[in-house]
Amino acid sequence: MGMKTLYLLVPLAPLAGAILAGFFGKILGRTGAHTVTTLGVAIAFLLSVLIFQDVRAGHVFNGAVYTWMESGGLKLEIGFLIDQLTVLMMLVVTFVSLMVHVYTIGYMAHDEDNWPADSKAGTNSYQRFFSYISLFTFSMLMLVMANNFVQLFFGWEAVGLVSYLLIGFWSVRPTAIYANLKAFLVNRVGDFGFLLGIGLIAAYAGSLDYATVFAKRNELALVTAAVTGWPLITAICICLFIGAMGKSAQFPLHVWLPDSMEGPTPISALIHAATMVTAGIFMVSRMSPLFELSDTALSFVIVIGGITCLFMALIAIVQTDVKRVVAYSTLSQLGYMTMALGASAYSVAIFHLMTHAFFKAVLFLGAGSVIIAMHHEQDMRKMGGLRKYMPITYATMLIGAIANAGLPPFAGFFSKDSIIEAVHLSHVPGAGFAYFCALAAVFVGGLYSFRLIFFTFHGKERFREAAHEAHGHDAHHDDHGHHGSVEPHESPKVVTVPLILLAIPAIGSGWLIGSVLYGNWFGTSITIAEVHQGMATMAHEFHGVFGMMAHGVTTLPFWLALSGAATAWYLYIVRPDLPAVIKQKSGVLATILEEKYGFDRFNDWFFAGGARLLGRGLWKGGDQVVIDGVMVNGSAAAVGWISGLVRLFQTGRIYQYAFGMIFGVFALLTFWFARA
Amino acid sequence: MKSQLLSLAIWVPILGALPVFWLGSERRTLVRWLSLAVAITGFLVTIPLYTGFDTSTAGMQFFEQVPWITRFNVQYMLGVDGISMPFILLNSLITVLVVLAGWEVIEDKQAQYMGAFLVMSGLMNGIFCALDGVLFYVFFEASLIPMYIIIGAWGGPNRVYAAIKFFLYTLLGSLLMLVALIWLFLESGGSFNILDWHHLRIGMAPQILIFIAFLVSFAVKVPMWPVHTWLPDAHVEAPTGGSVVLAAIALKLGAYGFVRFSLPIVPDASHHLAPLMIALSLIAVIYIGFVALVQTDMKKLIAYSSISHMGFVTLGFFIFNQIGIEGALVQMISHGFVSAAMFLCVGVMYDRMHSRMIADYGGVVNTMPKFSALFVFFAMANSGLPATSGFVGEFMVILGAIKFNFWVGFAAATTLILGAAYTLWMIKRVVFGAVGNDHVAKLKDIGGREFLVLGLLAVCVLAMGLYPFPFTEVMHASVDNLLKHVAASKL
Repeated sequence: MGMKTLYLLVPLAPLAGAILAGFFGKILGRTGAHTVTTLGVAIAFLLSVLIFQDVRAGHVFNGAVYTWMESGGLKLEIGFLIDQLTVLMMLVVTFVSLMVHVYTIGYMAHDEDNWPADSKAGTNSYQRFFSYISLFTFSMLMLVMANNFVQLFFGWEAVGLVSYLLIGFWSVRPTAIYANLKAFLVNRVGDFGFLLGIGLIAAYAGSLDYATVFAKRNELALVTAAVTGWPLITAICICLFIGAMGKSAQFPLHVWLPDSMEGPTPISALIHAATMVTAGIFMVSRMSPLFELSDTALSFVIVIGGITCLFMALIAIVQTDVKRVVAYSTLSQLGYMTMALGASAYSVAIFHLMTHAFFKAVLFLGAGSVIIAMHHEQDMRKMGGLRKYMPITYATMLIGAIANAGLPPFAGFFSKDSIIEAVHLSHVPGAGFAYFCALAAVFVGGLYSFRLIFFTFHGKERFREAAHEAHGHDAHHDDHGHHGSVEPHESPKVVTVPLILLAIPAIGSGWLIGSVLYGNWFGTSITIAEVHQGMATMAHEFHGVFGMMAHGVTTLPFWLALSGAATAWYLYIVRPDLPAVIKQKSGVLATILEEKYGFDRFNDWFFAGGARLLGRGLWKGGDQVVIDGVMVNGSAAAVGWISGLVRLFQTGRIYQYAFGMIFGVFALLTFWFARA
Repeated sequence: MKSQLLSLAIWVPILGALPVFWLGSERRTLVRWLSLAVAITGFLVTIPLYTGFDTSTAGMQFFEQVPWITRFNVQYMLGVDGISMPFILLNSLITVLVVLAGWEVIEDKQAQYMGAFLVMSGLMNGIFCALDGVLFYVFFEASLIPMYIIIGAWGGPNRVYAAIKFFLYTLLGSLLMLVALIWLFLESGGSFNILDWHHLRIGMAPQILIFIAFLVSFAVKVPMWPVHTWLPDAHVEAPTGGSVVLAAIALKLGAYGFVRFSLPIVPDASHHLAPLMIALSLIAVIYIGFVALVQTDMKKLIAYSSISHMGFVTLGFFIFNQIGIEGALVQMISHGFVSAAMFLCVGVMYDRMHSRMIADYGGVVNTMPKFSALFVFFAMANSGLPATSGFVGEFMVILGAIKFNFWVGFAAATTLILGAAYTLWMIKRVVFGAVGNDHVAKLKDIGGREFLVLGLLAVCVLAMGLYPFPFTEVMHASVDNLLKHVAASKL
């Protein structure tokens, strides 16, 4: 079996699982469905490990599978590019996906309770869910394995489709189907830019194959005035990055990600934290040969990353829904990755993408475990003191939180510290601003991460009081077989084992920093221009993980993160009465954060409302009044009016006709004589 | 090689309709099966057109020529190239689906209904393969009659207004075309051969006049903004089958006219007026996109969506590059599948609820999960999702447009957002959510026949999205040749 067959099998194994579970879910039953899908993803993971070994031995592959289409000299092929960057993504995607598949067996075990009794949409929903997450894995693999822009765009949109289907999975909930439409449309705004970028590349490079385009990059860099005086390469990069802003939820296209939490928690971990939302980061890294040619584009990237990183972290502080805290934290972490891209530290961005995938998956799956224990209650104000009831969940989430805050020796420390350093060393315009945002966000990150832990697992046990209140909040839940009992308890093994397996790399994956960042792991898959020396400087200063940790504890980020954690401890453990006071005192500021800077309101009013208003105006005013009213029915009316006028002469009275004739003769004679 | 395949494609459905009419509506079972047999035979005879097609030449294939009206040198002359051949297959396939779709729901005068569609199918095949101006005109006008009857006899409550609007609109347009055809006949020294006209030298002023004459006729048919208002009315009143044929095939006739007449016969005028055409196309894409957003009637929404998608076709033609024109042709085929499927989906719901209003639905997925899966799939295709056919054409036209001018591409690409917005917003309100009312609660999921029809279309949509290569392959030579004609001045 050649390597090409193996490459092909990686995406096809999950696809086969998805097809089987999707179309034959009824026959396979629940066990059958989760077995085939998990097996498919497991095969993909094992093959990825094999391919990883192969790539490490130096075998990079770039080849076509079939010709998709050919037109106007443009040959578009479906094919794979398997290099260091790809294979790392394949490992992350298949590993997290495998964990999520296993976790889902426990999480969705009682999914029928989430559906109204008479709804046929809930029939076999368990199988359908597995089909979707396997389909997602297939799409994501197609995206990262692509060797051309068409396939990249296919994967890009396919993950968007599955995200749409999964956010709206519980389609009877109005909030879910609002969120999935919003997610799809906001992503489409990004895709709009992305497609224009692809179009510009096709028009000027005459190819959509990565290798061919990159080979022509120096010619492309010379073209100017393509788009109203902009250098072409800048226009291309900014257009492509707009796509990344949609998919990776960067300001101001971030608005869909918090709402996507309406979907079941396993997909929040898989799609909206670990993999799909990092597609934009991956794409920009993949396009590093192009982005390196435009400092303007890099500057744009770094500023957007900075804004997202800090301002989304701030919102996380005021959230009370456990999943939303993690969601805003994800936005902030994506901002970090974007900043790294802007600082030409692509490998660092990918490194953070990897560590983040692990620790954020832990946080989300842990949150899911808490949510099951709380009988689908997501409000942290109704939790507290859970650590003694769910020790494994607590321990793994604590690991995730420490990693998220960026404290050594956990994974997040190595990647986040490297990003801050890279941004510090960057000279593109806006890097100073981004550096400030990065530092401030470290403090905020420490604060919200530990607030989440303390609020949920420490302090007073508030769930008992909450249980006495009306159960009205979440109409579809049931108590999963603990009739009447509100005592929370640890989740079953299918839930905790993936948590533990993900917590291990959440601690340890940072230690790979030496080989991933400074061991020339990425080889030729990432290009860095000579003028961007940040990574080279960092490599020069790197003296092993212990050196980095020793140095780390003497620098500002460490103390900022620690003081953030300490603040959380003080506010939520020592003086739990204080947050309410602070909130009251801060007035407008708290409102701004709770309103999420008003983006949702503005978008609803301006874009959604404006589009409807415009549509109605064009329809009623343009189509109905002007075109149909004046032009179409108007001409019919004019015909009617003229014939009505002419009809007046058709009286049928002889003497009137005779008079007309005589009058006519006189008129003609007069005319004739006058001329003569 | 003598071949009668094209004649078969035209006359099998038309002659096959005669016994259907003769059987009358009393013998319903027999009528249905006979109609299906005729439609399937009609489709089978077109398959050799694809399998026997020579992709290396731009010349007319399966050529037939018989003198018809010798006094005016009118010929019964048929032939297809890579541009027209796919539409004959598409049309014949859609006819099969339409017969199946009308199987049970048409209770009144079923023989006449089925017969009208069969006749219509033959006539439209005639339009796509006629190479004689008069023959083309006869088919073009004759195809109005069955559609007029279909809307007028089996349509909704306001069918008479809609049918007359449809008829007058399109008839007025085509009268100017007749004038142009006669002028070309005289100018060419007495030939109605369209291929001869492709080599005619014409001055700029007459070129412009001819272009406008064709434009008025074809623009109404496409329809292009601002002569599009007959379409929503016609769709709303037409029975499901009528809407399907109208959207899938009839709209393509106008677009086909542009590539068969306007572009090669009057290339200089086409270039001269291209900015106008591009502007009208972009207005169709954007303006109509917004109008589609606020529709409350599903059929109207899909009708407006059709206009918007056809804007891509006319845009692709008038940017004069290969990927643009091929993209437009691909978009025409894809739209044939997708719009047919969308109208069939609305038809499925209408048959059960007798309402097309979005507000009357909600949560259909709870009672019709199989149907909903297909409906959402087609909605995604309508929004141009990659791996569906809806993506391929739009993608090609946008690539071509960016090559032509970035801002034209920019305006066209807004469909990514608008198309998704109007389609998926409708899906959200109709398919998803909790059960909207008691009527929805009583809905029955699709049966085997409906599943077959929609499933077939789904396979077509997916296949074309995953592997569009065979579709563009047959077009290359003909589009190349067309571009050569367009590039050479006829002044």
